[in-house]
Amino acid sequence: MLLVLPIVLPMATAILLQLVPHRVRLSRVLAFVGALAILAAALALLVRVDRGGIQVLQVGGWPAPFGITLVADVFSALLLVMVGIIGAVVTGTSFSGVDPRREATGYHALIHVLLMGVSGAFLTGDIFNLYVWFEVMLIASFVLMALHRTPVQLQAAFTYVALNLLASAVLLTAIGLLYGQAGTLNFADLARVWPERRTPGLDSALAMLFLTAFGIKAALFPLFFWLPASYHTPPAAIGALFAGLLTKVGVYALIRIATLLFRDGGTILYPLVVVLSATTMVVGLVAATGQRDFRRVLSFNLVGHIGFTTVGLGLFTPLALAGSILYVVHHMLVITSLFLVSGLFLRMRRTTDLANLGGLYRTQPAVAALAMIPLFSLAGVPPLSGFIAKLAIITAAIEVRRYGLAFIALAVSLLTLLSMARSWQEAFWKPAPGAPAAPIGRALLAPILALAILTLGLTVAAEPVFDRCRRAATQLLHPDEYIQAVLGR
Amino acid sequence: MELLLAVVAGVLYATGFYLLLRRRMAQLIVGLGLLANGSNVLIFTAAGLTRSRPPIVVEHAPAAAASFADPVPQALILTSIVIGFGVTAFTLVLARRVHASSATDDIDEIAEKRS
Repeated sequence: MLLVLPIVLPMATAILLQLVPHRVRLSRVLAFVGALAILAAALALLVRVDRGGIQVLQVGGWPAPFGITLVADVFSALLLVMVGIIGAVVTGTSFSGVDPRREATGYHALIHVLLMGVSGAFLTGDIFNLYVWFEVMLIASFVLMALHRTPVQLQAAFTYVALNLLASAVLLTAIGLLYGQAGTLNFADLARVWPERRTPGLDSALAMLFLTAFGIKAALFPLFFWLPASYHTPPAAIGALFAGLLTKVGVYALIRIATLLFRDGGTILYPLVVVLSATTMVVGLVAATGQRDFRRVLSFNLVGHIGFTTVGLGLFTPLALAGSILYVVHHMLVITSLFLVSGLFLRMRRTTDLANLGGLYRTQPAVAALAMIPLFSLAGVPPLSGFIAKLAIITAAIEVRRYGLAFIALAVSLLTLLSMARSWQEAFWKPAPGAPAAPIGRALLAPILALAILTLGLTVAAEPVFDRCRRAATQLLHPDEYIQAVLGR
Repeated sequence: MELLLAVVAGVLYATGFYLLLRRRMAQLIVGLGLLANGSNVLIFTAAGLTRSRPPIVVEHAPAAAASFADPVPQALILTSIVIGFGVTAFTLVLARRVHASSATDDIDEIAEKRS
């Protein structure tokens, strides 16, 4: 029962929101409460998975390989908690004001449809169902991105839509070929059947198709160019929602499918993922240092750090995978709050161009101090949460004697620090170039403060969280428990 | 029959990708539609063709494996057609708005106007 709640709650909230389209205050409260309910359900699910192992629900009572199965292991449950947190934070920002035209056209309901799609993708145990949840999530994101209808946003939305539809077509192709060979769509059944049925030629083709489809969605090199071309155009809250959730769904799907289907190696997939991850880090961060607009700096940082979230899959050791999972959790918190910080700039100065920002430290010392937490956490400055995840990944790389990779990860961290320190210096420290900043309300700061507290919390509670990540990695690398839980044999 | 459908799927994919590489939005949308149809034909063919058998198991019939068609690929294709329909409709409207705001159908020109 608990398993359907992260899907049903946002759906119910979206329907309720559509019933009260013109009650602005009520819809804000409803959207926020709905998101908190998702968070509560996800936390309850995490506790249950912690105590009782993998949770399974056969939807409609159809037995496992025939019906659609919902499964929550530690990895899924952890990410669902993050969906709840980011949903609550993003719906919380609407209390400080949303463009009225936007709010009238189903803004809150669309956010909840998006949350439903993401939760569904994390929970499903069926590969075709995964494709369907991807589409639910995408169509909501398409509309949210184009909702404002300014020329720049429309054009960015078109790029975004075209690339994501291409990714969906590739994913559908892979699913069709996989079904033709394996005769099943259930994750657990695939994991059981596939190692015996696989043929070398099709195996590599499938691995590449999945890597392309999920690589576009996760924004891996060389498939990431749509992201910096579109993520800086929507309003900050939507940018934060997309940056926090959407690419991570691609990362989740890549890790899930790869560990189920190709867990005994034999394909070029894992070495290739390592190379692509390292290239993503380098290209993303080098590009970020050359950007003049804070939101574009963030977009390229987002891309670069996706490399850290996939490299653990490529290394394929428990420690590396656990490090990458912790990195996903950390990165969701941090990049969401950074995109919200860019919203503060928009509110105070109507621009995120770093050249036109400045002097904010003098007028808003509290904001300046607050912004330092996500900025330096992203860079992995000890002891913040980014440092712990990076340390795990670098240790894992050294353990398997990938010294070059460890070096790249360290160099990229340094580049991030450079890019973040420069952003902070330009936005807060240097003399103000023009008009004084418009004052901002507490309502705008509250979500950022909440995320900063959670980031610090992740630093303090690193031990229990990292334990969960290790458990998640073990479950992924040894899917026997997963197969047993779903198929009951 | 498999060979014919495989060729059809291949041609659909090839033309789809060719159109995606064009510079006009309208061609891009047609290309995406062809890709979606290509993948539908591929799912249908890859899952195995069964000639003139309904996807229904007759009660008390002997459990011969080939006595009915596999209903799963049909369900998959139906789902993906419905999704594709909605998404294509949205993309068309979006392209119309982009065209209205930039007065061109050429993706490169739109990008130039942006910068």
